[in-house]
Amino acid sequence: MEQTINILFNGLSLSSIILLTSLGLAITFGVMRVINMAHGEFVMIGAYMTFVVQQLFAKFLPESIGGLYYFVAIIAAFGVAFGLGSLLEKFVISRLYGREIDSLLATWGISLILQQGARSIFGSQGVNVTAPSFLSGGITLGECTFSYNRIFIILLVALCMGAVWLVMYKSNFGRQMRAVMQNRPMAQCMGINSRKVDNLTFAMGSGFAGIAGCSVALLGSIDSTVGQSYIVNSFMAVVLGGVGNLIGTVIGSGIIGISSIFTENYTSSTIAKAVVLLIVIVFLQKRPQGLFVIKSRNLD
Amino acid sequence: MLYLKNMDSYYGESRVIEGLSLDIPKGKIVSLIGRNGVGKSTTLKSIMGLVKTGPETSLVFDGKEIAKLPAYERVRCGIGYVPQGRDIFPQMTVQENLELGIQPILGRGEKVGKNKIPEYLYDLFPILPKFAKRRGGDLSGGQQQQLAIARALVQDPKILILDEPTEGIQPSIINDIGRAIRKINEWKGITVLLVEQYLDFVMENSHYINIMEKGNIIFHRETSLCDKAEVQKLMTD
Repeated sequence: MEQTINILFNGLSLSSIILLTSLGLAITFGVMRVINMAHGEFVMIGAYMTFVVQQLFAKFLPESIGGLYYFVAIIAAFGVAFGLGSLLEKFVISRLYGREIDSLLATWGISLILQQGARSIFGSQGVNVTAPSFLSGGITLGECTFSYNRIFIILLVALCMGAVWLVMYKSNFGRQMRAVMQNRPMAQCMGINSRKVDNLTFAMGSGFAGIAGCSVALLGSIDSTVGQSYIVNSFMAVVLGGVGNLIGTVIGSGIIGISSIFTENYTSSTIAKAVVLLIVIVFLQKRPQGLFVIKSRNLD
Repeated sequence: MLYLKNMDSYYGESRVIEGLSLDIPKGKIVSLIGRNGVGKSTTLKSIMGLVKTGPETSLVFDGKEIAKLPAYERVRCGIGYVPQGRDIFPQMTVQENLELGIQPILGRGEKVGKNKIPEYLYDLFPILPKFAKRRGGDLSGGQQQQLAIARALVQDPKILILDEPTEGIQPSIINDIGRAIRKINEWKGITVLLVEQYLDFVMENSHYINIMEKGNIIFHRETSLCDKAEVQKLMTD
């Protein structure tokens, strides 16, 4: 019993990190049809930003408010990833729309550049972030322990989901974004500046990857390949859930996160990866369009 | 109002329209007819900036050269577009479809509200308020067409460009749409450029008729001076 709860809890926490990286992907891949191989590096940037902010706090601010660094780090990670995402879209991606293979290669190249950049700045040794004091420890209920930092990550992801939902469905920008996603030429014919929308959409997706980086930083050491380990799962979650669908991405992430922790618990992490991949392959054989498909009445 | 001169249009590398000139006078309903594949829709898409045009192309709208502007800037100059197939945003409600057009033409800080949708649109298309909460994709073809016209009018355009508004729509609704086009023109003085296949509709609802053939205008006349049989013959030859 306790073991099952622990597995579920860890699965939930892994799912939520996958979800946070997938959110960005669901936006860039799902909405803009750009396969961004450098998405994982925005996770890495977010993680390193957390480290940088922590170092700055330790150096310049009194220890008593040191724990607050994490909130500043979240904002900084989002901001830096957002800005770099915007630049990347402007100078590279925007020239490659409609050329999937080219954009795949170009973003892969950027991914390598960013990784090397991180190695040059921070060294090839992994760095560690100390979790703020209020996140150390956990709640023990019976035989089960729920660590605060995992609970915090789950809450953070829920908050980000809410924010994305608000932006997409309740704001004017979101409405324009959905219009561009559903029919680009027509959106332009409504006077929507689709270039600006593309740029902000991409930047937003990157920004959320940055936040995902913050939560990854709490769980382990950070090096230049930290994004890579999450990105494959995220791509699978987006495809599994159905491209361009937020709820699909949530459920896709859940399936991948929980099944991967579950298998890992009984076998090893390598087998778990293989099993998850197998689940995805079998599933996509039966339903290539993913779990959720956007349906609408066709022209009659 | 809108003057096309020397317009070349390209699909990829191939030129489908060469040196087209067309004058659309202010306050009139001008129709552009012709068989399938003669370049009518391409002409409209070129005006909107959805198709690549050659460097010699001149599109003067309301005294302003727009040939080099991106599509969304042209719309902001006052061009309303109702494409073939209507292109309603299927996942959005009718209300959202309508409001979508308002935001880009508003100034910074102004809010999109119900009051920003002109009242006369509800007189023109009484079904709209009834279906406000429905998804655009769930409407029938005729309803979508009315929504598409209303959506273009929300932006208070100086010219309304319609691409085959009667395509695949039942006769009674076609009459409604024809009436709506004439009213828009009379009430608001909006110039209309209408591409059609349906000759009776054009004869009934437009002031001028242009017939297009292989990317050129081969016939141009005031509708009242047109002989239907002659026009029919030119279209089927």
